[in-house]
Amino acid sequence: MNTALLHTQAARPPGWRGVVADWSSDQRAFKGASWGKTMMWIFLLSDTFIFGCFLLAYMTVRASTTVAWPNPSEVFALEIAGTNFPLLLIAIMTFVLISSSGTMAMAVNYAYRRDRVKTTALILLTALFGAAFVGMQAFEWSKLIHEGVRPWENPWGAAQFGATFFTITGFHGTHVTIGVIMLLIVARKVWRGDLDQERPGGLTGRRGRYEMVEIAGLYWHFVDLVWVFIFALFYLW
Amino acid sequence: MSELAHGTGGLIPAAEVPEMELPHPHGWWSTYVFSQDAKVIGIQYSLTAIAIGMVALVLSWLIRLQLGFPNTFTFIEPQAYYQFITMHGMIMVVYLLTALFLGGFGNYLIPLMLGARDMVFPFVNMLSFWVYLLAVLVLVASFFAPGGPTGAGWTLYPPQAILSGTPGREWGIVLMLLSLCLFIAGFTMGGLNYVVTVLQARTRGMTLMRMPLTVWGIFTATVMALLAFPALFVGAVMMLLDRLIGTSFFMPTLVEFGERLRYGGGSPILFQHLFWFFGHPEVYIVALPAFGIVSDLISTHARRNIFGYRMMVWAIVIIGALSFIVWAHHMYVSGMHPWFGFFFATTTLIIAIPTAIKVYNWLLTLWRGNIHLNTPMLFALGFIVTFVNGGLTGLFLGNVVVDVPLSDTMFVVAHFHMVMGVAPVMVIYGGIYHWYPKITGRMLDETMGKIHFWITFLGAYAIFFPMHYLGLLGVPRRYHEIGETAFVPASAGDLNAFISVVALVVGAAQMLFLFNLAWSLRHGRASGPNPWRATTLEWQTPETPPGHGNWGPELPVVHRWPYDYSVPGAKEDFVPQNQPDPSPSHAARGLAT
Repeated sequence: MNTALLHTQAARPPGWRGVVADWSSDQRAFKGASWGKTMMWIFLLSDTFIFGCFLLAYMTVRASTTVAWPNPSEVFALEIAGTNFPLLLIAIMTFVLISSSGTMAMAVNYAYRRDRVKTTALILLTALFGAAFVGMQAFEWSKLIHEGVRPWENPWGAAQFGATFFTITGFHGTHVTIGVIMLLIVARKVWRGDLDQERPGGLTGRRGRYEMVEIAGLYWHFVDLVWVFIFALFYLW
Repeated sequence: MSELAHGTGGLIPAAEVPEMELPHPHGWWSTYVFSQDAKVIGIQYSLTAIAIGMVALVLSWLIRLQLGFPNTFTFIEPQAYYQFITMHGMIMVVYLLTALFLGGFGNYLIPLMLGARDMVFPFVNMLSFWVYLLAVLVLVASFFAPGGPTGAGWTLYPPQAILSGTPGREWGIVLMLLSLCLFIAGFTMGGLNYVVTVLQARTRGMTLMRMPLTVWGIFTATVMALLAFPALFVGAVMMLLDRLIGTSFFMPTLVEFGERLRYGGGSPILFQHLFWFFGHPEVYIVALPAFGIVSDLISTHARRNIFGYRMMVWAIVIIGALSFIVWAHHMYVSGMHPWFGFFFATTTLIIAIPTAIKVYNWLLTLWRGNIHLNTPMLFALGFIVTFVNGGLTGLFLGNVVVDVPLSDTMFVVAHFHMVMGVAPVMVIYGGIYHWYPKITGRMLDETMGKIHFWITFLGAYAIFFPMHYLGLLGVPRRYHEIGETAFVPASAGDLNAFISVVALVVGAAQMLFLFNLAWSLRHGRASGPNPWRATTLEWQTPETPPGHGNWGPELPVVHRWPYDYSVPGAKEDFVPQNQPDPSPSHAARGLAT
């Protein structure tokens, strides 16, 4: 019977049946993916639907409102020395956040090389970029609030502008903040050598693994990717 | 990652997976209360769901008392009546059916049926239950809040859901939406566990195409829930903001008592789209586990292999996928573009094809089977009948021209109670009668079970069959009382009274079931490990009830599909999945992946 079992794993029928055989094969559907990584991917898929629904709702209210929508290149402009720079702040924010994805990818690389110092440093740098992003977002919020934008009204047009803007960037900012906290926890574990010794976590009791860095990285890249869509739909539309 | 390098170089991979880390309980609290054992979590989920379900049952009694005997029970005021129907609907759909099928049956059965020791992340799994419990408590709290629970109808349509005049406008709607958000958060934690366990933590030999259909149903439903609940979450968050800080996502310009409200420019239809993008998959989130469980019940108790296993699996997957593109058939009268109606009517009717495949396959499984009419089987058969019945009226309502006059009548109420009220509840009962022996080591009492079944089954027909007729007469749903209308004859009142009396009796029969659950725990006949002589892995555990970790030192190794009943030439009329096979012809069938 063992030979029969092996046979099912070795022989791959052609076409669609082969695809089904791969997916439904013995024990694991994704051979190289650990449980944690699989779970993070599926969570991100679910989270994609949340952001998707938010953004579709935004597009719907923007398309269906009867009042004019505020002009983004004026609303989001930054005034420096008497000159209005459209999209300046948001360009810096986006640059910082995209850069943080780069440092995160490097952290994952060094984590698999078991380089504790560089991994920790790069995770902390990523977290710093993330915190800077949230900080600039707070600045942008306070600027808009100062200019009279509220979730229920604004001086320039459709009330839904403030409602969707604060809700969606707020929801994204919360994601970044949670990511920063997660990164700080992971950085501490890396620095203390918890992952080298596979020390059990305080809450879940599961052994610490270097893969944790990559899982945190998946989340981080996702949050960055979502930002690209928010950026395009709020600031460029 | 040595555990991942399998299937290569001719090595037989180990059944045991080093990734599984079981947090063993220390003492009473971590064994029974803050347990990380999926079986305990499943029981906790089930008991909580049944408890809140009892609230919904009592609410349905109150609804029926008012409808059957208007002007008799004066304490049921119109406001209260709206609160009763709202809470009855929401509790039954979300907090009972979803939680019981996925949280209850899912937690208990997935690891056992797949030969896993537990869910992949037991701590997250435990958290899932506690967040669910919190959601239930917030929901219950709304009954005691000033103004009572929300009376917006279970669909919570804005703008009326958050306007004055709707009961529970102050606290009820806020607590309802908060509770839904919590439920979704809690469900996501559990749902991720179920999906990853099915995909990545099966024992050796358990390919996806050898999983029992129960697991297929729960798995597909969980994937759907992870993709559908986000829409409800987004809708709930936005409505909370509309209600609490005065945004206008869903609120158009409104005049109330001659005064213009602060709202303006929002889209009420947007909420309907978000709600039903969740709401329609939700029907199948409840139905697919029921399909799966009923397949296993029928196969086991008719001692026949399931007919067309692969087709059954594909039907489940296709129904799951299609259910995401039919949602607007709930919105034919909402004023959306008529072309959408054409599209959604077409997709809706297409779903009938895979569903009919399943029904035919159940019948062909029963065909010339050795049918044992015990309680689980009776409930399974009851499911097929009620589901087909409700499905047929679904064909009526899926067509725009037929739906428009029937919309918001009792016909709709009869339809969805038949198809996603009675039918899945039948399966829940069947499942509990079937797996109770594994959970407790004792059988539920058969006599009480049969009385329970016949009253429930016949009662359900006596309640919901006449309701179709009322709907065709034009009796509207959600009305506190009909009063005198030209088109509704006086005899409709008599029919309503009859329905109400039956509903009270059927409700009372459920108490017999609860009594049976408690009584059999001590006095039930000892069941032994495999009273139904079933093939699936959960019946092959070394201990009954299974201990923490489910299996002994060795994980079971699977050699065949789960439906080897009445195999010609076999010693017994069933061959368990973990039994090595002497007969090559049937091994070939199981391996045909």
